[in-house]
Amino acid sequence: MKSKQPFVRRPFEQVVAIHGPTVLRVCRAVLGPVDADDAWSETFLSALKAYADLPPDANVEAWLVTIAHRKAIDVTRTAARRARPTAELTDASSVPAADSHIDRTPVDVTTALAQLPPKQRQAIAYHYLAGLPYADVARILGGTTDAARRAAADGIANLRTHPDVGLPKFAEKRECR
Amino acid sequence: MNTHDDPARVLLRAFPDTPAHLHDLHDRLTARAQTDGVLDIAYRIVDSPIGGLLLAATDVGLVRVAFSHEDYDAVLQSLSDRISPRILDAPVRLDAAARELDEYFAGRRRTFDLPLDRRLARGFRRTVLLHLSEIDYGDTATYASVARLSGNPKAVRAVGTACATNPLPVVVPCHRVVRSDGTMGGYLGGVEAKRMLLALETA
Repeated sequence: MKSKQPFVRRPFEQVVAIHGPTVLRVCRAVLGPVDADDAWSETFLSALKAYADLPPDANVEAWLVTIAHRKAIDVTRTAARRARPTAELTDASSVPAADSHIDRTPVDVTTALAQLPPKQRQAIAYHYLAGLPYADVARILGGTTDAARRAAADGIANLRTHPDVGLPKFAEKRECR
Repeated sequence: MNTHDDPARVLLRAFPDTPAHLHDLHDRLTARAQTDGVLDIAYRIVDSPIGGLLLAATDVGLVRVAFSHEDYDAVLQSLSDRISPRILDAPVRLDAAARELDEYFAGRRRTFDLPLDRRLARGFRRTVLLHLSEIDYGDTATYASVARLSGNPKAVRAVGTACATNPLPVVVPCHRVVRSDGTMGGYLGGVEAKRMLLALETA
C-alpha cells in the first residue's frame, strides 16, 4: 500500500474543460474578440507543453492566466506588426452579435473595456473575470498588490462613466437615497 | 448591496459562455498538439454492442480500452499518473481503432491490425496477454492451458489476474479464456459482455 497521498495531476483534457471558458473570457476582455481565439489557442498549447513540469501545488487558473497574459502581449505585437488598424479592437461592430444571447449591455461593456488603458483592462479581467486575488494580479502585471487594486478600481471607475455599461455612478446612487 | 452595481456580475454577463465556439477552439488545440508532438495520449469514447468503450492511444499505439463501468474519469486519471497527464479528447488518432472495432462487432473482422502500446502490462501478466493472441477467433482456451502456453503451468490464478487486468480487452482477447469445467469465468466487462463476444465469434 502507498504510504503517501498519491501525486495527482489531472488529465489535461480536464484542465481545458474546467478553465477553458474563463481563459477565453479573459482573452476576450483583454484583446477583444478578434485576437482572443489566437491567444486562447497559444495559451493552452503552451500550457500543455509545460504541464508535466507544473508544481503539484500550483494554482492552475493563476498559471493559465499568467500564460494568457504573455500570449496576449505576443498577439498584440504580432497584430501591430501586421499594421492592423487598432480601431478594430474598439470597433463595436466587430463584436460577434450572433454569439450573444444577451441584451445590448455586453457590447457596451466590451467597448468600454477596449477603451481603457491596458493595465486597467488587464487588472479588471484577471480580478473580476478570472477571480484572482490582487496579489496574483500583481504578480502577473508586475508591481505591488496596491497598484493592481488601484488599476482595477480606476478601470471600474472609468467604466462607470459610460451610461450604458450597467454600472451606475456613485453620484446616481446617492441621489437614489 | 445593489446587484446592478456588482462589477463581476456585469462583466461576466458581458462575456457569456460560448460552448460551440470553445468546442472549435478545442479541436484546433488538439490538431496543434498533435502536429507539435506534445499530445502524449489521445482518447475517444465509442459506442459498441457491449456498451461504451473508451479508447486511448499513445504515439506508439492503442494503450487502453476501457468499459464504461470502469469509470472513464478514473481510467484517464490512471493514464495520467502512469504515462503522462498530456491527455486530450482527440478522436482522430483513434479512427483506425474505432473502425476496426466497428468491423469486429459487425462480424466482418476476425483479427485486429492495430499497433499496440503494451506498456501498461508488465512481467508475467504481459507474457500471458501476449499469448492470448494465439487463441483464434471463435476458439476458447482454459486458464490452465494459457498458463502452460505462458511457460508457467502452475500459474493458473495469475492468468486469471492477467485477464482481469487486461489493459486492452476485446482487442487482446481475454474473453476467449474460460474455466476448465466449461463455464465462462469472469470478465472485466461483465459476464454478459463476455457471453456476447463469444456468441459473436461463433455465429
